[in-house]
Amino acid sequence: MRTVRGLPLWVELVLLPGLNLLAALLVAGLVVVLVGEDPIAAVALLLYGAFGYGEAVGYTLFYTTNFVFTGLAVALAFHAGHFNIGGEGQAYLGGLGLALVALNLGDLPGAVAVPLAVAGAALFGGAWAVVPGWLYARRGSHVVITTIMMNFLASALMTYLVVNVLIKPGQQIPETDIFAEAYWLLPLAPLLAPFGIDLGRSPANLSLLLALACSVAFAIFVWQSRPGYELRVVGRSEPAAIYAGIAPARVTILAMTLSGALAGLLAVNEILGSQHRLVLGFTGGYGFVGIAVALMGRNHPVGIVLAALLFGALYQGGSELAFDMPKISRDMVVVIQGLIILFAGALEHMFRTPLETLLARPATGH
Amino acid sequence: MSARGQARLVPAPAIELRGISKRFGPVVANDRVDLVIEAGTIHGIVGENGAGKTTLMNIVYGYYQADEGTVLVEGRPCPIARPVDAIRAGIGMVHQHFMLVGAFTVLENILLGAEGGMTLRDGLRRMRAELGRLAREHGLEVDPDARVEDLPVGVQQRVEILKALCRGARILILDEPTGVLTPQEADELFRILRVLRAQRRTIVLITHKLREIMAVTDRVSVMRGGRMVAHRATAETSREELAELMVGRRVQLRPDKRAARPGRTVLEVRDLEVIDDRGVRRVKGVSFEARAGEIVGIAGVAGNGQSELLEAIAGIRAPSRGEVRLSGRASPRSAEGRPGGLGHVPEDRLRMGLVATMAAAENAILGYHRRPAYSARFLLRRRYIHATCAGWLERYDIRPRAPTLPAIAFSGGNQQKLVVARELEHDPDLLLVGQPTRGVDIGAIEFIHARLVALRDSGKALLLVSVELDEILALADRILVMFDGRIVGEVAAEEADERRIGLLMAGITAEAA
Repeated sequence: MRTVRGLPLWVELVLLPGLNLLAALLVAGLVVVLVGEDPIAAVALLLYGAFGYGEAVGYTLFYTTNFVFTGLAVALAFHAGHFNIGGEGQAYLGGLGLALVALNLGDLPGAVAVPLAVAGAALFGGAWAVVPGWLYARRGSHVVITTIMMNFLASALMTYLVVNVLIKPGQQIPETDIFAEAYWLLPLAPLLAPFGIDLGRSPANLSLLLALACSVAFAIFVWQSRPGYELRVVGRSEPAAIYAGIAPARVTILAMTLSGALAGLLAVNEILGSQHRLVLGFTGGYGFVGIAVALMGRNHPVGIVLAALLFGALYQGGSELAFDMPKISRDMVVVIQGLIILFAGALEHMFRTPLETLLARPATGH
Repeated sequence: MSARGQARLVPAPAIELRGISKRFGPVVANDRVDLVIEAGTIHGIVGENGAGKTTLMNIVYGYYQADEGTVLVEGRPCPIARPVDAIRAGIGMVHQHFMLVGAFTVLENILLGAEGGMTLRDGLRRMRAELGRLAREHGLEVDPDARVEDLPVGVQQRVEILKALCRGARILILDEPTGVLTPQEADELFRILRVLRAQRRTIVLITHKLREIMAVTDRVSVMRGGRMVAHRATAETSREELAELMVGRRVQLRPDKRAARPGRTVLEVRDLEVIDDRGVRRVKGVSFEARAGEIVGIAGVAGNGQSELLEAIAGIRAPSRGEVRLSGRASPRSAEGRPGGLGHVPEDRLRMGLVATMAAAENAILGYHRRPAYSARFLLRRRYIHATCAGWLERYDIRPRAPTLPAIAFSGGNQQKLVVARELEHDPDLLLVGQPTRGVDIGAIEFIHARLVALRDSGKALLLVSVELDEILALADRILVMFDGRIVGEVAAEEADERRIGLLMAGITAEAA
């Protein structure tokens, strides 16, 4: 199978992102040289920090899980023709949904408690994204603008709620009471220990499996289902959708809801899997990085999982790097991320055209 | 001295192309093209879409650079890197889509790009004098102070020609100039071209309409698949021969068609009024009907409400007044999707009829995807869809036979055949057809026309909208002419002639004439 522009699929999905990544790392290496460190040593340290020992792997997988959720969220909206910049706010609200379940329903059997909390997260994340979806369908308001504004609203709302309403009584720290243990997601470490895999004290938890399940469901929904078909038609050509009797407004709202729900699931990993209570700012920018993950993963779940792993490794390895190389700060890791986004997104055509000519030449020969 | 004397005996050709090649990635748009255009002639270049005519002329005008080959203008090698170079060499181009500023006057448009100084006063005075001179010499009368957007399309085109002439063009390239004109406006254009020829100017006419080639050119060159395949003196060739050269095999320009035997009324349109997105009334109270077993053609210059009429009948655009009845039932409004029994080949296939980046198989179910055959409650029946599409590709000879290939990767003719296949295979009682052969090659036109006639003969009703009068005349059993949102006349096929319909298309009704 060939893609639209005539590149074989493996080039599109493997070679091209690989080249972009390589170019980004080369430039990042130059920056490392500029600040006076050895780039080879830095890469070695980064890789060791991300994959070198069990606990590092655990942390990498934990961050990866976050990026899978937010990456899928961006990609789903993208297939419907929208750029959902609001993953951050939707994830934040997801945390509220799950906290309301956990704090109000209290002690339940784990098999009931966790699914309820997960549903709460998806519901609240989805509901937060319905607003931009509805505004677009109803009034044509641009989703990029409205989702960004909704991020600010989410931040203000959550600060108010956590500081004034949900805060654990009798303390100054802006966070809720610890949830009942029924809501704690099983960490992966004890599950994998019998197989000789040691993830140390890392927070990696069952959410990883949920993220992978969502990836599979994403692929089935988008490419195999009728609503997914309608969603893609709307995303690629609204006139064609109207011609085919598909209502773009309804499909847009559906796509935004599902997108927000996926973003909301970030809270499952962060809170049910690690914090076990609602804290301020737990979304930590993962919602925004999800844009880069989706971009780099070409809006396909396989690509998104791989890109999420890359960003997860950068996050984890980067913090080790910042710790061990004094001249490299945490911001350096952000620079590397920025370079990857630049090369994978804005400059993606840099290698595309030469590759096209290179691969097309044999075809014109005969 | 002697060389000069000889040059006067045999004047150098206006344009000579030697071995021009141009590639776009893997596509060879022009393959070692040689062409000689004699000064003071009208030279036609014909070819199907994608044959490379427009690419070739864009090289001459400096939009593209040839990969190989040389361009000679009036006998001298002339490197043309940008349009400015072409203008300097005396070449002017009139595009298919006019390059005019609607809100400017004729004079201002002509001055555009040739202002000559900080203040416009001198330039305007100079141009006004020049315009007057050209008007007297060529009979190109235009009011220099009229706003361009208020002028009819034919006059706007005249402004484009004047613009080129005012820049000193001795060689004029016209790309599909009659696409937007009524037959009468086209005749007027041809008159102007003949006057220009009489003044020793050279005209290059790019078109796919063989009628025009025969009517106005002195010589004609045929392109096929990026190559120049034949040069002919127009007087010594025929439409049939040119069509054959363009396609590479014998073609039938008009489908075989027996007289229609209309049956029951399938479509009833009563007092329909449609308002477009900008609030303009585009269809102003239209009533007609279409019966089983007939093709009703709607002729008209583009933009006279035909598109909106078609969309309203298809349920895509809600009418503001009036009603559409399909087989006696009121047809549902847009939100509920396309009414059953209604097929629709839309005017703009790449915007509406297909999703360009989706696979042929996915396009094969567009609009029918909710049918149980194609989807269970939730999942699409992908294998069945794929097999169905593969069958159509075979039976409608759509190439390449690749259901997974995105629609955009097919040629215009094959894309249109895919749309036609989809709409015919779902057995409509009424088929709406908008511009079925726009941007479609002759071979595919022949095929599509035959299929539409076969559908009629199987007792279905067809409503055909086309701005190609030839197409209407070839297919329709009954012709309605639309002008300014109204049906201004009806002509039976056997009484139809180009002149009469042309007058109606220009809004001149029998009573007014």
